[in-house]
Amino acid sequence: MNYEPVIGMEIHVELKTASKMFCGCKNDPFFAKKPNTYTCPACLGMPGGLPVPNKKAIEWAIRLGLALGCEIPLFTKFDRKNYFYPDLPKGYQISQYDQPIAVNGKVETSFDRVRIRRVHLEEDAGKLLHATLDGEKVSLVDFNRSGVPLVEIVTEPDIRSGEQAKEFLKKLHQIVQYLDISDADMDKGSMRLEPNISVRPVGSKDLPSYKVEVKNINSFNFVKRAIDFELDRQARILASGKTPIQETRGWNEGKGATVSQRVKGEADDYRYFPEPDIPPFRWTSTFIHEIKSQVPELPDAKLARFKKDYELNDYDATLLTDTKQLADYFEECVKLARLPAPDRRDGGQGKVPAKKLANWIINKKIVIDEILPAALVQSILTATAVVAVSDDELGKVIAHVLQANTKAVTDFKAGKLQSKMFLFGNILKELKGKGDKEKVMGLLEKKLTE
Amino acid sequence: MTTLNTLTLTETVAKLKAKEISHAELYKDVHKAIAEKNERLNVYLTLDNEAASKAEKLLDTPLAGAPIAVKDNFCTEGMRTTASSNVLKDFVPPFDATVITKLKKSGGVVLGKTNMDAWAHGSSTETSDFGPTKNPRNPEYLPGGSSGGSAAAVAADMTIAALGTETAGSIRQPAAWCGVVGLKPTYGRVSRTGVVPMASSTDSPGPIGKTVEDCALILTHIAGQDRYDATTSPEPVPDFTKDIKKGVKGMHMGLCYTDHPQLRGTQTAKVVEQAAKVLERLGATVDVIALSEKIQNNHVLNPDYAVAVYTIVQRSEVSSNLAGYAGVRYDVGRSHFGAEAKRRIMLGTFTLSKGYADRYYVQAQKVRSLYIQNYQQLFAKYDVLLSPTSPGFAQKIGALGDNPMFGELEDKLVEPCALSGLPGINVPCYRDPKTNLYIGLSFMSNYWHEETMIRAAHAFEEATQWNSWSNK
Repeated sequence: MNYEPVIGMEIHVELKTASKMFCGCKNDPFFAKKPNTYTCPACLGMPGGLPVPNKKAIEWAIRLGLALGCEIPLFTKFDRKNYFYPDLPKGYQISQYDQPIAVNGKVETSFDRVRIRRVHLEEDAGKLLHATLDGEKVSLVDFNRSGVPLVEIVTEPDIRSGEQAKEFLKKLHQIVQYLDISDADMDKGSMRLEPNISVRPVGSKDLPSYKVEVKNINSFNFVKRAIDFELDRQARILASGKTPIQETRGWNEGKGATVSQRVKGEADDYRYFPEPDIPPFRWTSTFIHEIKSQVPELPDAKLARFKKDYELNDYDATLLTDTKQLADYFEECVKLARLPAPDRRDGGQGKVPAKKLANWIINKKIVIDEILPAALVQSILTATAVVAVSDDELGKVIAHVLQANTKAVTDFKAGKLQSKMFLFGNILKELKGKGDKEKVMGLLEKKLTE
Repeated sequence: MTTLNTLTLTETVAKLKAKEISHAELYKDVHKAIAEKNERLNVYLTLDNEAASKAEKLLDTPLAGAPIAVKDNFCTEGMRTTASSNVLKDFVPPFDATVITKLKKSGGVVLGKTNMDAWAHGSSTETSDFGPTKNPRNPEYLPGGSSGGSAAAVAADMTIAALGTETAGSIRQPAAWCGVVGLKPTYGRVSRTGVVPMASSTDSPGPIGKTVEDCALILTHIAGQDRYDATTSPEPVPDFTKDIKKGVKGMHMGLCYTDHPQLRGTQTAKVVEQAAKVLERLGATVDVIALSEKIQNNHVLNPDYAVAVYTIVQRSEVSSNLAGYAGVRYDVGRSHFGAEAKRRIMLGTFTLSKGYADRYYVQAQKVRSLYIQNYQQLFAKYDVLLSPTSPGFAQKIGALGDNPMFGELEDKLVEPCALSGLPGINVPCYRDPKTNLYIGLSFMSNYWHEETMIRAAHAFEEATQWNSWSNK
């Protein structure tokens, strides 16, 4: 029997707001010089420390929801998710339960669309460090990350392959990056990926009765590999007539395998209830429209526009819209290249075709942080400048080359077409890079057929 | 000559400013009273012996350096804050609660930290891990709670005034039992930042004082929006003492709960009805509002339901609020929780559990909304609602016994108001000459209209003999 995976994704993205989600502490856990320096009574969970929501984080989460094609309900609230873990100082995480910030979105992939179930805001936990102090094994807690704003994006179980998962995640990453709301750096843990994978016979429409959650994956490729591994593992179990157990597994890159971490018995009970310390939010549609107007042009739209406006092929346009910075850089170059520039040796027309710019940026692997758009345009112009040669001089050079290579002229006339290129090369050599090549060829052909 | 610890806050501030008394004399008398009575009454858990010297620099402030006793669930920077629980017995907060910051800025001095029911779970101070407080009016009796230590400190003149917190009755009920004034503001009027949380959706810090005016004075200085507490309101804070003497002429009042089966014909009902007559004599109209089992015009929803609603909401929030004291940070583990806290954590965990939350927590919140609607109907008609604060006099030490619902039953008359977030104030309305124990009258007004109930309570206090300070 053939099997297909049924995959839903949960993605956590840390927002790069200046301060934390519910207090004024600096939000920069990765670069903090010392543990527990960006802390206060609220993010340490001290008695009476209260959460005050970060306006920017909420606006950014709405922005992300809009960019993922979601509806933004006009009512939302925070809830408490109660569970114990030493890195969670309050004994509960402030999250969102039944009325998240955004719902019902979608992301197109080349396979099929992936529906977004919800986008919600929550706070990150602290970080446990396991160390040996004075010969004693200890667990230390660093609360610099406690309370960092975290957006969770949950998809419907629409993904059918590791390849599609990878494409979806890259696209999501790209959108987040376009919105400029997160570093989305998987090595730093500011973007975390958790596929929920189950497997069913091809053709079946039912959701399997179990799912396996894979954690600790920090690259898109590993997601793909973990999914491929799980497809194989689970299909074998199903083929033997058993059902895989519902569990949490981790991706072990060294082994190239997922390994069991925790078997979930009953469904977790987080005893959600509305966070009494934060009044609920009621948006006006004006407010949502305002945020919508802040959403920049997104990758899909930009790609289409680049192909149309700049007559780029799909490959070039895709590369140039990979990041917003690169796309912006390209467009800035195009703008500069179109400016009339009488001082240039291009005869004052100021034109470097967009296509040429695209080729330069892509082929020469331009580092956009190192060369300003104006400098790039100038260097292209210099390198490809055409120095005018008078018709008179051109005529003389051609006549001279034809005279010096009578054999080649005879050969050409006898039908040996390569001889034309030999003559053309010699003419260019004598012109030393000057002159318009098309014009040279035209004149040469004219002479040869006279 | 009266000793200075028996002065009201208003008198103290006036006399200090007029230089009729010095800080040194004042604090000497207050500390003398504490030294004489604290061992017997168990009012203070921690004292600041530097209080007098701090006060001396504060003459030009609104509270002029007057000593204020503070319930031990307000975080005080550098001063132990226990919430009367062994779990926090060595906890020294690195920050002041917003109310404490405001109090200090206005020239109040934290004299010491007062005993309470552990985590504010209770209505008698008997759940304190540091022993119960005794009622200064008659030490065989309980002071009420959970702000029992603060109410007792005021009643025993072991301070000039005090701060307490109320979740449902914890200011007004001990004030009633100790024969003092206790004011619970509108939820969101006073910041909860730095107050050890109990039930976050109802916790309201407020003053406990010798007179209505003293409470109004403190409220003026501790109220206001706090950027660290998202549930505080931008509602402007008036000077609550300004219109205090304007009287009740023309006010419409409704008298509630005297027909409740538990109260009908009792001495409590009688003295409250007499109090209503006093208010009528002063120019208010008072309607008796009949009790009802469902929402309807001209009726007040039976407070019995509030016991269930409050029990569920409060336990649910407690189970979450106490989850952080798991032994990771405060050095001692969960085993140090007292029996009452454990009981509440377990019940709250149950009422929030999957499959039960809809039946309990969600249902309770719906009924809570009904109380809010009922009050809005009543406040469309009435400026002030009156009711007994507590069904009766203070109970004897040991009354809590094995009855985990003790507090809920004692507080039931103020629970609907607290669940609705409304403000209320208790003033003494009767003293039993044999036991020296008091009955309290509650005045309630609509959200953000504390001035109205303050005016009415002050008029009543002035017109009657029950306040032991204004009738010295």
